[in-house]
Amino acid sequence: MTTTVDARGFSCPQPVLMTLDGIKKADSGEMVILVDTDTSKENVSRAARSQGWQVKDVIEEGGGYRVTISKEQ
Amino acid sequence: MTGLKKFFATRLGIISVGAFIGVFASLLQKWGNPGNMGICVACFERDIAGAIGFHRAAVVQYLRPEIIGFVLGSLIAAYLFKEFRPRVGSAPIVRFMLGVFAMIGALVFLGCPWRALLRFAGGDGNAIFGLLGLIGGIWIGTRFLKSGYNLGRTEKTYTSAGWMLPLIMMGFLILLLIFPQVQDEAKSDILFYSVKGPGSMHAPLIISLLVGLGIGFLAQRSRFCTMGSFRDLILFREAHLFTGLATLAVFAFITNLIVGQFHPGFAKQPVAHTMGLWNFGGMVLAGLAFCLAGGCPGRQLFLAGEGDGDAAVFVLGMIVGAGLSHNFGLASSPEGVGPHGIAAVIVGLLVCLFIGFTMRKK
Repeated sequence: MTTTVDARGFSCPQPVLMTLDGIKKADSGEMVILVDTDTSKENVSRAARSQGWQVKDVIEEGGGYRVTISKEQ
Repeated sequence: MTGLKKFFATRLGIISVGAFIGVFASLLQKWGNPGNMGICVACFERDIAGAIGFHRAAVVQYLRPEIIGFVLGSLIAAYLFKEFRPRVGSAPIVRFMLGVFAMIGALVFLGCPWRALLRFAGGDGNAIFGLLGLIGGIWIGTRFLKSGYNLGRTEKTYTSAGWMLPLIMMGFLILLLIFPQVQDEAKSDILFYSVKGPGSMHAPLIISLLVGLGIGFLAQRSRFCTMGSFRDLILFREAHLFTGLATLAVFAFITNLIVGQFHPGFAKQPVAHTMGLWNFGGMVLAGLAFCLAGGCPGRQLFLAGEGDGDAAVFVLGMIVGAGLSHNFGLASSPEGVGPHGIAAVIVGLLVCLFIGFTMRKK
């Protein structure tokens, strides 16, 4: 199951904190993070990589980004 | 363009921006800005408050073009790279008050985080207390962040709303051009100028403006933030921004050595006092306020340039805070803290704690 974290409207560090919270809960699998600034997109991607997750996909969506990250079990 | 966009998100990107700021901050001092104050966002916004008469401290009045450049440089970068996103509505009144108290704290120390680094890189040992205070304040802020503190979401808004602070800055620039400084005169029509003191010391307008534009552009691209540097290190052990900050200090130090601006010591440092406890205390307050507001004063200017109306409100809070600081005797001088500076730091800390404890969602 893919969890979605909606961090739109929040500025850093909130999107990163929310992503790390999600990572803590999920341990592995796939997660989608919605953000609305380039800064948040970069910071979320950087944070995910530092936790051993991969950034699978970044799609522009509704004036923001849909960042998909994943980690194999 | 995509390659360039990616470059600034890399470690080398943030390092080159830190180096650029460090070298040019030091050179701005060489070209006329006050000692260890090549760039100081707090001091320069305070000088702007003086130039438009929000306070009447005669020695700190000048409509600093660097600040104008920071906002407009960021605006240009945001448009070029399609990152201009007008947004408002994340507790603006709270951000205003955080701006007011951030300025009050910074003026008790006598400098923003950028200047704390520049003072350190110029040999001013008192800056160590300020930097420790800054880290302490940010650390307190991270405790709040960890326990769910946030100021809520922003909303998309009209493009013109995102243009408000850039337009104010353009207005300032026009005033500066129509009412230029007259030799030995404290006033040029509506604008106040300093005939002595730090406000009278400045690099030529065009140089200040160009360096400001360059830094604004690069900082928008790289998300350079002194508060974020420490915050990310404390909160996530993430050193990306910190490498930029460390590079700034190292390059400012090297440039100072080369141009003969490195004078190690504690006493008689330019625009500084030696009251260690209050150098520390002032920056605890400023650091906490920056952390609760999500950015150092420089970063708030760059965010405002890319359309963040809440950051713009923080900036206006800082300018008003500068007026209060000097009108109420809160700001320090080389002789030491102002008559009511200590009381203001305590009140400011209480206000920040109130904000931190009561604005949490979990």
